Amino acid sequence: MGLRTFVAGWPVYRQLTGTDPFGRGPAAQSDRSAGLTARTETADRVARSVCPYCAVGCGQRVYVTDGQVTQIEGDPGSPISRGRLCPKGSASRSLVTSPLRQTTVRYRRPYSTEWEDLDLDTALDMITDRILAAREQTWEDVDSDGRPLHRTLGISSLGGATLDNEENYLIKKLFTAMGALQIENQARI
Amino acid sequence: MAEAHPVGFQWVMEAKRRGAKVFHVDPRFTRTSAVADTYLPIRAGTDIALLGGVVRYILDNELDFREYVLAYTNAATIVSEQFADTEDGDGLFSGYDPNTDSYVQTSWQYAGHEQDSGSGHTAKERDGAAGLIHESHGAQVHGQAERDETLQHPRCVYQILRRHFARYTPEMVERVCGIPREKFLELARAWAENSGRDRTGALVYSVGWTQHSVGVQYIRTGAIIQLLLGNMGRPGGGILALRGHASIQGSTDIPTLFNLLPGYLPMPHHADHPTFDDWVDSIRHPGQKGFWGDARAYAASLLKAYWGDAATPENDFCYDHLPRMTGDHGTYQQVLNMIDGKIKGYFLLGQNPAVGSAHGRAQRLGMANLDWLVVRDLFMIESATFWKNGPEVATGEIVPTECRTEVFFLPAASHVEKEGTFTQTQRLLQWREKAVEPPGDARSELWFFYHLGRRLRERLAGSPHRRDRALLDLAWDYPTHGPHDEPSAEAVLREINGYDVSTGRPLSSFTEAKDDGSTAVGCWIYSGVYADGVNQAARRRSRHEQDWVAAEWGWAWPANRRILYNRASADPQGRPWSERKKYVWWDPQAGEWTGHDVPDFERTKPPTYRPPQGASGPAALAGDDPFIMQADGKGWLYAPSGVLDGPLPTHYEPAESPMRNPLYGQQANPTRKVYAHPVNSVNPSPPQEHSQVFPYVFTVSRLTEHHTAGAMSRTVRPLAELQPEMFVEVSPELAAETGLTHLGWAHLISGRAVIEAKVLVTDRLTPLRVDGRIIHQLWLPYHFGYEGLVTGDSANDLFGITLDPNVLIQESKVGTCDVRPGRRPTGPVLRDLVEDYRRRAGIVPGERPPTVTTPVLRPAGRSDDGPREKGADHA
Repeated sequence: MGLRTFVAGWPVYRQLTGTDPFGRGPAAQSDRSAGLTARTETADRVARSVCPYCAVGCGQRVYVTDGQVTQIEGDPGSPISRGRLCPKGSASRSLVTSPLRQTTVRYRRPYSTEWEDLDLDTALDMITDRILAAREQTWEDVDSDGRPLHRTLGISSLGGATLDNEENYLIKKLFTAMGALQIENQARI
Repeated sequence: MAEAHPVGFQWVMEAKRRGAKVFHVDPRFTRTSAVADTYLPIRAGTDIALLGGVVRYILDNELDFREYVLAYTNAATIVSEQFADTEDGDGLFSGYDPNTDSYVQTSWQYAGHEQDSGSGHTAKERDGAAGLIHESHGAQVHGQAERDETLQHPRCVYQILRRHFARYTPEMVERVCGIPREKFLELARAWAENSGRDRTGALVYSVGWTQHSVGVQYIRTGAIIQLLLGNMGRPGGGILALRGHASIQGSTDIPTLFNLLPGYLPMPHHADHPTFDDWVDSIRHPGQKGFWGDARAYAASLLKAYWGDAATPENDFCYDHLPRMTGDHGTYQQVLNMIDGKIKGYFLLGQNPAVGSAHGRAQRLGMANLDWLVVRDLFMIESATFWKNGPEVATGEIVPTECRTEVFFLPAASHVEKEGTFTQTQRLLQWREKAVEPPGDARSELWFFYHLGRRLRERLAGSPHRRDRALLDLAWDYPTHGPHDEPSAEAVLREINGYDVSTGRPLSSFTEAKDDGSTAVGCWIYSGVYADGVNQAARRRSRHEQDWVAAEWGWAWPANRRILYNRASADPQGRPWSERKKYVWWDPQAGEWTGHDVPDFERTKPPTYRPPQGASGPAALAGDDPFIMQADGKGWLYAPSGVLDGPLPTHYEPAESPMRNPLYGQQANPTRKVYAHPVNSVNPSPPQEHSQVFPYVFTVSRLTEHHTAGAMSRTVRPLAELQPEMFVEVSPELAAETGLTHLGWAHLISGRAVIEAKVLVTDRLTPLRVDGRIIHQLWLPYHFGYEGLVTGDSANDLFGITLDPNVLIQESKVGTCDVRPGRRPTGPVLRDLVEDYRRRAGIVPGERPPTVTTPVLRPAGRSDDGPREKGADHA
């Protein structure tokens, strides 16, 4: 290492001679941090997304490497958020990668004190059975004057405000065709 | 706003930097208050008194934007001579029916329209939450209404408004709200001064405003101010609701709500809409002005989207496949029905009512009495584990080995693991690209419901039952892809947009929808989002590459319009009100409306257009009628129908209040929805006895670091670490009065529950001098529950169930309680403490407090619907 390199490597020298008189930027950078590469730069791909928390609708960029979300940042192009995210939006990578996320079906039998495992396919079949049974038990064809009711009040649903429009559309369409009227979401709360 | 919508708040700071004055009204000093020019602490539940004071200030000083008010509002319209105001009725309007606690609205109508307009008896509308429909429809007005352009007629809306708000003086504001009159006058003056030809003022509220027994009327009062000041339909103006969930606007537009179908079409009622024609005519009101005149096309196209080839003009597009409402089927009625054993199965889709809904104990007891429950969520939430870990297990009210509910927990895909659109709070749809596959068994709702529907239809194939026809006829054929056969979200979006049935061509606008079965449209107000076969919601032209309206970022309904009713940004002749506030205007050379946004008006209809005699629908709107969805084309200062609890807002005390109403003998909203169920109760308020048992007012709201019921934040490490514990904020004065110590424990008791929290003694809460006495308010975050990384008692457990009559939303922003130092009891004795308080307060299970607290001077006569048996809907 020559003297020049040694002196130039000294932060105070860089601070006095360079473009960073307050020593908060490049002047204070170590060799190690200078050699680092942001994981956003090496990501395999970036998905344009939207924050899942409140209704402001901040733009997000979701960085993916090896099929894993490695970073979520604000989208600077968004006219709504101009690249910013709040503490929750900034934590959304921790949300989607949280070790507390449930990734398997869990089943609680009536009167049981514990959860059990259940195959997803079986769960769907069992839910199908229960819907059909509930409809059969509680179906109302007509009112007392013979006017159509075409419904069941035996099935309820709550949720939708955190879901996509396309999902809400299918939920409403299917439940309506099922005769299930009691469909609600956070907009009522 | 800085707390709950921090990134949106950057625009408030931007405005402030450019000279805007920011006022913040909140019971608690927050991060918003810290950067506002003026902070006004308010007694929770008194906003109508404050805003009514502003209305009076504007009218008394004649500060309204007179040209706008005359041309664009119903200020000049003459009201029926049968109308009697709350000034004459001690807090009740004319037409009150004490048998049903609701109004007959005949006397509220415009003069000469008493019989042919309005809703008649409104008890049924309350049960069907019809207010939410009127939110977009406006209500019925036939033909032309009588007007007095001089605004001098004693029964014109302008004069009625003056008389109605005459007693909302600065002194009264101080007496009711606890806001010193000087501070109130500073607010009123600034609001009026920053409105008019050259300036506009914005009113921003968060949806805590809706969680009151008078929530809709809060917003109505804001609307009156904004119309009087000419702030609607103009840039920098408006009333901006900050909604709380990523797509809660979308789930209202494409409603997972009992009383609506997509695009605010009402769910049919068994008695009112027996046929397709009855149903459609109740929406379009034949002969009426405005765009709802085309409702037949929207309705037929929706049914065509639902039932495809089976839906034909001959069979009324399978109208009889739609289920019918008979009354209140809202989420709170459902919970009481669960407790009563009437509901078999319940789906929870990314929602956690055990923590997030009012009266958590009722929610959990209801869920513990189902045959089966399906929970779809990212995390193991309280609403999935109530049978194992809930507070009622600790008190012995739920015994796991005796709890029959079968629970399926199905993991859901997160926002980065599926593609689709969210609609944010200003009606903007933004498409999200999928980043990664969901882990393990996690799936999207799109996947779950598509495959559930597929299985149901397979199981029912060949079924002879009439009840299965609607499922078998359903158009349920969506292309799928990937290893899990994920349905195509774009295909669903295309159906929502609508298409020509014979060619498959996506429609470019709802004006192309037909009523003959040749178009299918899943949600008519979203028509255009897939125009030209392009996913318009996926557009992402950077803000640096377009103007400030940013029309090429996402897509806003309707028609990619960013400001609704923007015809009002030009004067009646079509010229901008001022150069500074230029937005949309008439170009006489080109013969069309033009400007920075998509004009909210028929593009080539000139300002001078006057409808021919007998015109209806859009053609009946004059060239200077900017409020094109309203039946008279005008902004409604006075609402002759559509709002069930009064044509004008009136201050009522919250259902639970330590105070007698200083304005009227009528204490609380006389039309509020009350459930007389043994699990529910209301703490006594004056003039009832024993209100001193619950002497303090409490309110709840969000923390920046947590989200609603906590499932998406108490499970996330950085957020859990930032706000690790349930706490209650109290003023130093209240702490001294009740013996609470900073960082010590306190427990709060209501007629429903007792919860505990750590004590934060802080000046952020101020004791208020109100009507000659001191009112103490406490504040709590409502995010906590017993699952997740950080846990605590749930604030919503304290609330009972009392609803706004218009939209059936619960009053969960204000209640009364007692507070005591130390931790709460545990085990069965916890309920003994609540029972002790209930006994002292005179609460009788299943009994409701008196609704009317003043003599009914001008009662309603019999109406067509006949009087309804009181409490019939509680069965």
